[in-house]
Amino acid sequence: MIEVTNLTKAYGETLAVDNLSFTVQPGIVTGFLGPNGAGKSTSMRMILGLDAPTSGTATVGGRNLADHALPLSSLGFLLEAGAVHPSRSAYDHLRALAVTNGISTARVDHVLDLVGLGDVAKRRSGGFSLGMGQRLGIAAALLGDPEVVMLDEPVNGLDPEGILWIRHLLQDLAKEGRTVFVSSHLMSEMELMAEHFVIIGQGRLIEDVSADDLRAMAAGETTQVRSDQIDDLVALMRGDEVEITSQERGVVRVAGLTSTEIGVLARDNDIALASLVPERRSLEEVFMALTHDSVQYHGGTHTELAA
Amino acid sequence: MTTATLPAPTASATTRPATSSQTTAKPTALRRTGWAIRSEWIKFWTVRSTSVTLIAAGLATIAFGMIFSAVADSDAAAGPAAFLSNPVDVALGGVGLAEMIIGVVGVLVVAGEYSTGLIRTTFAAVGSRSRVIASKAVVVGASVFAIGTAAAAGAVVLGQAVYAGNEATVALSEVLDVVFGTGIYLTGIALIGIALGFILRSTAGGIGTLVGGVFIGPNLLNLLPDSITDVFLKYLPSEAGSAMMSQVSTSDQLSTGTALGVFAAWVIGLLGVAAILVQRRDA
Repeated sequence: MIEVTNLTKAYGETLAVDNLSFTVQPGIVTGFLGPNGAGKSTSMRMILGLDAPTSGTATVGGRNLADHALPLSSLGFLLEAGAVHPSRSAYDHLRALAVTNGISTARVDHVLDLVGLGDVAKRRSGGFSLGMGQRLGIAAALLGDPEVVMLDEPVNGLDPEGILWIRHLLQDLAKEGRTVFVSSHLMSEMELMAEHFVIIGQGRLIEDVSADDLRAMAAGETTQVRSDQIDDLVALMRGDEVEITSQERGVVRVAGLTSTEIGVLARDNDIALASLVPERRSLEEVFMALTHDSVQYHGGTHTELAA
Repeated sequence: MTTATLPAPTASATTRPATSSQTTAKPTALRRTGWAIRSEWIKFWTVRSTSVTLIAAGLATIAFGMIFSAVADSDAAAGPAAFLSNPVDVALGGVGLAEMIIGVVGVLVVAGEYSTGLIRTTFAAVGSRSRVIASKAVVVGASVFAIGTAAAAGAVVLGQAVYAGNEATVALSEVLDVVFGTGIYLTGIALIGIALGFILRSTAGGIGTLVGGVFIGPNLLNLLPDSITDVFLKYLPSEAGSAMMSQVSTSDQLSTGTALGVFAAWVIGLLGVAAILVQRRDA
């Protein structure tokens, strides 16, 4: 379990992390989401005891990581995939890391096979692709068979097959009762992986929400209705709270009424519907809407470019 | 390269449930320090830029010692070799090159980890930053002391064998203090390199400060009037180092014992500054 309480990190006047509190529970994968520069990596470095918080605490299993006798068994982590000396082999890199916590070389071989690097383990890691570097970083995170796994942007640079692999790996780790905390700036990467989301922007907590609740936030905004008697139906649906728009003949998009209400209204008035489709926003759209105000650098639109 | 295709990774994650991993006895601080030293040993000897360079520095010491000895002018007063007043000093002439290489190795061991970001992994895994500094110092110090002392001994023995100068040669057993003094000096320079690596966290900055501050700086200060430099120049690490290494002390040098103390104070002081800064700063 990771507990972050009133965590704050100031660099001069700037608050990189601003009074952040959340708990990462065991048994599920928790996604740590936010735009670039939201303070995800800074938070993770404070959880690791690398950066000192300006105020607040970040603990792993109730204690600071540095107070754990075997840090790698308490918290396996991936910070930067490239954090390996390029002329050292993956095997030697992991061997040197393992021995700091009294971990055997047999375990090194095991995690190398686990991430699929067994055959290239003796080669210099400088020749590794980005995806292989990520796999090596994940191998390092798993060395201590840790109760908590924390990965900063592990999906970066992985091909689709690699993304699928890491999703299953992390979900398996969570099923074994471990705490799994994974950061990303892309909801599309996380939505199939995580059961819970901690969403931050400009160092502040925006949402600490289960995947189901987030999907509920995404659902039921509008309904698309298609009917040969659409004009009759529109006349019946009109109301103060209802907004009806039309893009093509015979089809309207309705906000302010649920699809059930529209269906009942049509039935009661003998109007035949060709289709009645509740439209959901994607989680990506919800995430974008939640974090929109906290994005540091917005791209210009085409019109601005042309002006 | 055939790195594009990877074998399919195993689907299952681990070998045992998370709850069973914490049943082993808590390791002591001493045990963990031993682990950290083993880790640094593996890291030092699995990267060519440090291990091979150190061995090369040792071999260069011997090779240059033999060359200097073989061409030693019979009339020592005739040229720059006048500084090298006896066969042992001539044979150890290569140390001037070795000390720079070894100092750079010390910087690289630390700054290399900062440049890749590995230092963060190391700090978090080891748990104590001073333990990381101490472990690097032990591994590099021991390796440099062994290779530096052996190289000095080799340079003296082989240099004597090919010596072309006038003066009578000496046996190794007569100059063991100089040989060990050289080993200690090179060890200290490597440790200064480590301290600078931690203080400056950059390869370029560390090497620049080492070369400028320790090796070239004192020579520039020599341009100042003697009345000024006589007071403090002999307390600089390089000058204290040469006092430790030379067989015959000149009047403007510290005595061997004092020189050893002054040099040790530099090394320990810089490592102490490094430890304090590393503890205070964000990693």
